[in-house]
Amino acid sequence: MSLKVVIPTPLRKHTGGAEIVEVEAGTLKEVLDRLDNKFPGIRNSVCDDSGGLRRFINVYVDGEDVRFLQNLSTPAKDGSEVAIVPAISGGVR
Amino acid sequence: MSFVKGLRCRECGKEYPARLQAGCEDCFAPLEVDYDYAAISKSLTQERIASRPANLWRYRELLPIEAEPVIGLASGWTPLVRADRLGRKLGLDHLYLKNDSVSYPTLSFKDRVTSMAVNKALEFKLEAVGCASTGNLANSVAAQAAAAGIASYILIPESLERSKITATQIYGARVIAVRGNYDDVNRLCAQIAERHPWGFVNVNLRPFYAEGSKTMGFEIAEQLGWRAPTSIIVPMAGGALLSKIHKGLGELERVGLLKEPVKTKLYGAQAVGCNPIVDAVRRKSIDIRPVKPNTIAKSLAIGNPADGYYASGFIQSTGGWADDATDPEISEGISLLAETQGIYTETAGGVSIAVLKKLVDQGHIDRRGITVVAITGNGLKTPEAVALNTPDAIDAKIEAFERLVEGVAHVA
Repeated sequence: MSLKVVIPTPLRKHTGGAEIVEVEAGTLKEVLDRLDNKFPGIRNSVCDDSGGLRRFINVYVDGEDVRFLQNLSTPAKDGSEVAIVPAISGGVR
Repeated sequence: MSFVKGLRCRECGKEYPARLQAGCEDCFAPLEVDYDYAAISKSLTQERIASRPANLWRYRELLPIEAEPVIGLASGWTPLVRADRLGRKLGLDHLYLKNDSVSYPTLSFKDRVTSMAVNKALEFKLEAVGCASTGNLANSVAAQAAAAGIASYILIPESLERSKITATQIYGARVIAVRGNYDDVNRLCAQIAERHPWGFVNVNLRPFYAEGSKTMGFEIAEQLGWRAPTSIIVPMAGGALLSKIHKGLGELERVGLLKEPVKTKLYGAQAVGCNPIVDAVRRKSIDIRPVKPNTIAKSLAIGNPADGYYASGFIQSTGGWADDATDPEISEGISLLAETQGIYTETAGGVSIAVLKKLVDQGHIDRRGITVVAITGNGLKTPEAVALNTPDAIDAKIEAFERLVEGVAHVA
């Protein structure tokens, strides 16, 4: 299943500046696996040492915070949008 | 002159210059303003502060401003009211209310934080400021931006109280109502801040903005004769006010302004319909589980509190506690405060009073100590929170009046 991942500014250093990345995955965990295959190191920015989402990172699948869904097991449908948004975001100027 | 050393990540400690920045580049945690406390201790004295005007800039060495402030010159220094009638009712010997319902210019404690944010926006030469808000912040950003002559973009949940929307639009602010709750609005705001070169007070101006809340702690201590109280009850939305009162009291001790070490217990208050921080404290955890808010206390309706982790930590580390109030209890709290002390607060104040009552009844609060309750907003902004009967109308005749008051006890 193909879905769209929205990468926030601070993580675009991993994606060569890309804001939108397309991946094939069935769950959020698989999304992060695929992302890390493509862009090694990005998982460490999103997840802590225990493998869970970092405290100051929010992830939304189709607009819903995954903590209201099934966290990393949250299923993703074909065409879903996964947004990674630092809890306190905003670029440096 | 400024004593700011820079910004520092609250988690990993990475240091940054004092610039427009939302969070740590490495771990995304919030940033704290760091000061040269050794130099401040040499420079700042009780006498020096006492000699200054009665506004929040009297503590400017401990605030993140570089240039002379031009906005918020009448903000802060709200009354600390001794509340004996309410204290007797609840069984507290020394109860005080920190009454930010009369804050200048927009009648809530948010005037403290926007005073920081808008002065910083001017320092950074920004064209516009913006915020995501549950209402009080919207009013305050719009007013202070108008006074500074810069544009403001205010994002609010569509369901916000009408009076709070009017009290934002009136300043010429661009108000954008978003379908969704505060957490949806906040997420959108974070995404907008990535694209537009504005100062979002609760995003890229946040490290500076949040420092303004410390002034509530500074004032409480100074108004008590440079003593930290035994207990402080604070309403919690994002949890930043409680965290910053903690920081503020700690700073006063650190720079040698207090008579005794701080032993203040911090107590947090939320609505039952939006209680993620209370829930964490009850679990004796700092792990916040976000909720979908459903409460009349809209100014506290943040289901995913940005500083919830810190607030729950400080509540527990100071030996305090947290509790929540139902919608009817919130309305009763508003009425109780008004009837006993003559202060009309909005729903957040009702939450604080209702939770204070519970905490006293449960034995969490030291009844003999000095208790301070933060009253953060004004009741005129949320008239729909209390359902009072329309008064009976009479003919303009003395007989009609006498009939109406017949049987009512004579007022002495």
